[in-house]
Amino acid sequence: MPRLNTPEELECFRQKILSGRDPDKPCISICAGAGCIACGANEVIEAFALAIKDQGLSAKIDTRGTGCPGFCEQGPVVVIYPEKICYLGVTARDVPEIVSQTILKKKIIERLVFKDPATGAVAVHEPDISFYKAQERTLLCNNIKIDSRSIDDYLAVGGYMALAKALGSMTDVQVLEEVKKSNLRGRGGAGFPAGRKWEGSRNAKEAIKYVIVNADEGDPGAFMDRALLEGNPHSILEGLILGGYAIASHEGYFYVRQEYPLAVENIKLAIEQARDYGLLGKNILGSGFDFEVIVHKGAGAFVCGESTALMTSLEGRAGEPRPKYIRSNLRGLWNRPSVLNNVETWANVPHIINRGAEWFNGVGTDSSKGTKIFSLVGKIRNTGLVEVPMGMSLRDIIYEIGGGIPQGKKFKAVQTGGPSGGCIPEELLDLQVGFDELTKAGSMMGSGGMIVLDEDTCMVDVARYFINFLTDESCGKCVPCREGLRQMDKILTNIVEGRGKDGDLELLEELSETAVEASLCALGKSAPNPFLSTLRYFRDEYEAHIRDKRCPALSCKELIAFYIDPGKCRACGICLKKCPVTAIDGDKEKIHIIDQEKCTNCGTCFEVCPAKFTAVIKTSGAPVPAPIAQEKRMIIKKAPKKAQKKADQNE
Amino acid sequence: MDKDRIDGNIELNTDQVIDGNIELNTDQVIDRVIDRNIDQDIDQDIDQLIDRIIDNYHGQASALLQILLDIQSVNNWLPGKALARISEKLEVPLSRIQHIVTFYKAFSLVPKGRHKLHICVGTACHVRGATRILDTVEQATGIKSGETDLDLKFSLETVNCLGCCALGPVMEVDGKVHAKMSPIKTSKVLKTYG
Amino acid sequence: MSEIQFEIDGRQVKAVKGMTILGAARNEDIFIPTLCHHEELEPFGGCRLCIVELEVKGWTKLVVSCVYPVEKNIIVRTRSKKIDRIRKTIIELLMAHAPFAPDLMVLAKEYGADGDRYEKDPSFCIHCGLCVRYCDEVTGKNAVGFVDRGINKEISFIPEIAQKECDDCKKCFPLCPTSYLQAAFVLTKALAFAPSQPVLSEPESFKKKVTGE
Repeated sequence: MPRLNTPEELECFRQKILSGRDPDKPCISICAGAGCIACGANEVIEAFALAIKDQGLSAKIDTRGTGCPGFCEQGPVVVIYPEKICYLGVTARDVPEIVSQTILKKKIIERLVFKDPATGAVAVHEPDISFYKAQERTLLCNNIKIDSRSIDDYLAVGGYMALAKALGSMTDVQVLEEVKKSNLRGRGGAGFPAGRKWEGSRNAKEAIKYVIVNADEGDPGAFMDRALLEGNPHSILEGLILGGYAIASHEGYFYVRQEYPLAVENIKLAIEQARDYGLLGKNILGSGFDFEVIVHKGAGAFVCGESTALMTSLEGRAGEPRPKYIRSNLRGLWNRPSVLNNVETWANVPHIINRGAEWFNGVGTDSSKGTKIFSLVGKIRNTGLVEVPMGMSLRDIIYEIGGGIPQGKKFKAVQTGGPSGGCIPEELLDLQVGFDELTKAGSMMGSGGMIVLDEDTCMVDVARYFINFLTDESCGKCVPCREGLRQMDKILTNIVEGRGKDGDLELLEELSETAVEASLCALGKSAPNPFLSTLRYFRDEYEAHIRDKRCPALSCKELIAFYIDPGKCRACGICLKKCPVTAIDGDKEKIHIIDQEKCTNCGTCFEVCPAKFTAVIKTSGAPVPAPIAQEKRMIIKKAPKKAQKKADQNE
Repeated sequence: MDKDRIDGNIELNTDQVIDGNIELNTDQVIDRVIDRNIDQDIDQDIDQLIDRIIDNYHGQASALLQILLDIQSVNNWLPGKALARISEKLEVPLSRIQHIVTFYKAFSLVPKGRHKLHICVGTACHVRGATRILDTVEQATGIKSGETDLDLKFSLETVNCLGCCALGPVMEVDGKVHAKMSPIKTSKVLKTYG
Repeated sequence: MSEIQFEIDGRQVKAVKGMTILGAARNEDIFIPTLCHHEELEPFGGCRLCIVELEVKGWTKLVVSCVYPVEKNIIVRTRSKKIDRIRKTIIELLMAHAPFAPDLMVLAKEYGADGDRYEKDPSFCIHCGLCVRYCDEVTGKNAVGFVDRGINKEISFIPEIAQKECDDCKKCFPLCPTSYLQAAFVLTKALAFAPSQPVLSEPESFKKKVTGE
């Protein structure tokens, strides 16, 4: 194991790694991210190993289990280098064919390549796929190129070059200045300028300072930090070391949520490897700079994403935010100056040092620079992680990259910023994504969750969902948050369950004001956002729930009912068999009827009713029609009637 | 039956009426009493385990959370006796430990079932119908989120995001992710766990 | 110690560096309501009732006075429409739990709060943390602590410690604004204190005692 003592030695070592690698040698990259593993990526990896061994190709082909490249919708994702042929939805059964056809005969297997769901166009190579085309993948691009457990792979793609540059030819102040000039803003929530935060700590007089990675990714529906932690841990570590150097800190922390065991493992391994190479520890690359890193597992508390709560948790206590009016970059962990940034923020730092602040400033909008990773999820065709330059419009992200809404449904809103964010309606789809732009629209950037909602999503229910989430995740220390959310949750639950009453909205607004103005920490101050933004853009839905006891999206279980249209039912018996509570009565050639007393509104019948019949009707706010009279329930099959039926459907 | 559950909410009919007509909920006090009763089944082994883990962290009180996480992961739950031992060894007040182990979701103060059911209720899964999956599981197992059945067969938890948003709604059983669930599929999956 | 001059409700007041706005106001007999503040304890910032309006260089913001340190030339207003509205909401929210707490009833009158605004959820404790903090910071016994989080947060006695320490102390009892603490103690004593023989040796009979079966 070489210990690298100078920047030159690091460069030599990198060249040695590169010279041992043939760029034309076929390499099969298989995504081993959480999403793809859930779809069977591990079996695919095993199958490749087996097939390659069987055919005696071990010396000629490399295989690599990599981090998440983002296109989770169609996992497991396999990319074959050097051509960058991208196969999607690969199963172990496809593997022998891939090896014999694509690897050996350079033939493309049509059924595994990307077909645009909207246009039907085929894309064989990764960069041609519409999901990737409009992206600018600065941070994520290496995920599919490297084995996240190999520091040599990271070095081969230029890893630790920024550290060598900083320690070899820049002073700590120059590093700080570069980050300041880049206008990098924190990717974790509020978007505070990283450089200014760093400067505050740097100028503090205390001898001991800390740099901390906030890897307690807690927003439900956001998983970009996970992809980086699991897929490219060294990039975050390199950023952290650079941060330590810039503010003269010698101790760093990774606060990783324990729900991400692979992330914890990969980070720990990365730290060990970096230490072995002399990139951590005493006198890094002969510069005289010492730096150590400790990994701390988070034990499951959303509030620990709040900086002071995270630091309290690091100190080994219950993660309650501090009430003090002093910034944690001056008095943070153990009351010492502490710079806390989110995973994605740190991962940007090596790129800024490598390519310069000017390059970074060339990407993005006036107030938001660089790229941002969003996790595009919900009612969207191409679910996955997308990295785009700041300033791209929501419409482009959702339709160009995301491929629009599946099943011909209509777009309703996009929820950004997690539980602290809000919902943005269709009329604002041309909004450019950026910190200030999203805040102005009543939402926020947050960590970059982007949940697409379609016409079937009830906005009142979305608000209730987030408020309910926070009642459990609030630390419970201050009254406006703990008690305010408790009451808001009760009122919203009443509304979605049909017990809403006049005055509820005003009461909710009053509780929101108190929480926003008087809560102790950012969690409470931003907690009402999901309610406030949905009220702002979808007041009519609230009013329909309260006044008409009707859910316009036909989603709220207590406000909907199902019945079978006797004119459409062909007595096929499918719903009858599938109903979990035997609420459906019927027989062969006997029109089915739902017993409203027994029905639990689970919606199974609605889903299983064949598309050619669509006899199950979902309704809200209107009484269910009386069931068809017994004597009329027998279906008398007549040819003309059948033909008539067909004609009806063709219309 | 509520009474038969081993969980954080054992319901006993001891609600006392004090201060006029308002009932005071005594569940919490009673829970801890019962926890202590279960403790006696625990071997002496746990003491050794705790000492070993504490030594790994050089007995630093600041590592309290990490120590508790390690014990939780090895032992699957945190017996009251273990907490007392940690308090003594690290010289951290038991009240603080009690706050920590009830504050963070990763800790359990009761034994867990053989199969761990995690239903993702993250936003992406929620809008794709996670509630229906949860309803189905609750109906099939007879337990609610945060509970374990009397046979110690299943422990049910809701989780906020498993990072598999493309596959939602998602149910995780013993670490294996079951993707794109529907109520029918859920019942089928549950039946495969004996 | 450097002296700092600033304004509260139109009055020029003097304070010492490091003092909080609340501390300075109390010195001048200016009343700011609080529920979780105690002279002997570290500021907690939990009840948020002591929220005041602060004007610094033309900028106005709301801060809680029990934590905010005094600064030169700041202008503090202890009452305003907005502050009163927030305090009223806080009082109403707490009265859903402790409708008959004397302190709350007095405050309710002052701020026009309606104790019946929210559905009653009588857990009595308003989480001011006075008992927990006093037992930790002043007496050092740690016989009572917080458990859980969010809306499930509660106070809880540690029976093993409480059995040894509390009967001779009880200093926290008069601090409790709702008298819930005393009830919690009595309950713990009745249910969880070891009788002459240790509870652990006879779980079945003990369980029966608890359930009243």
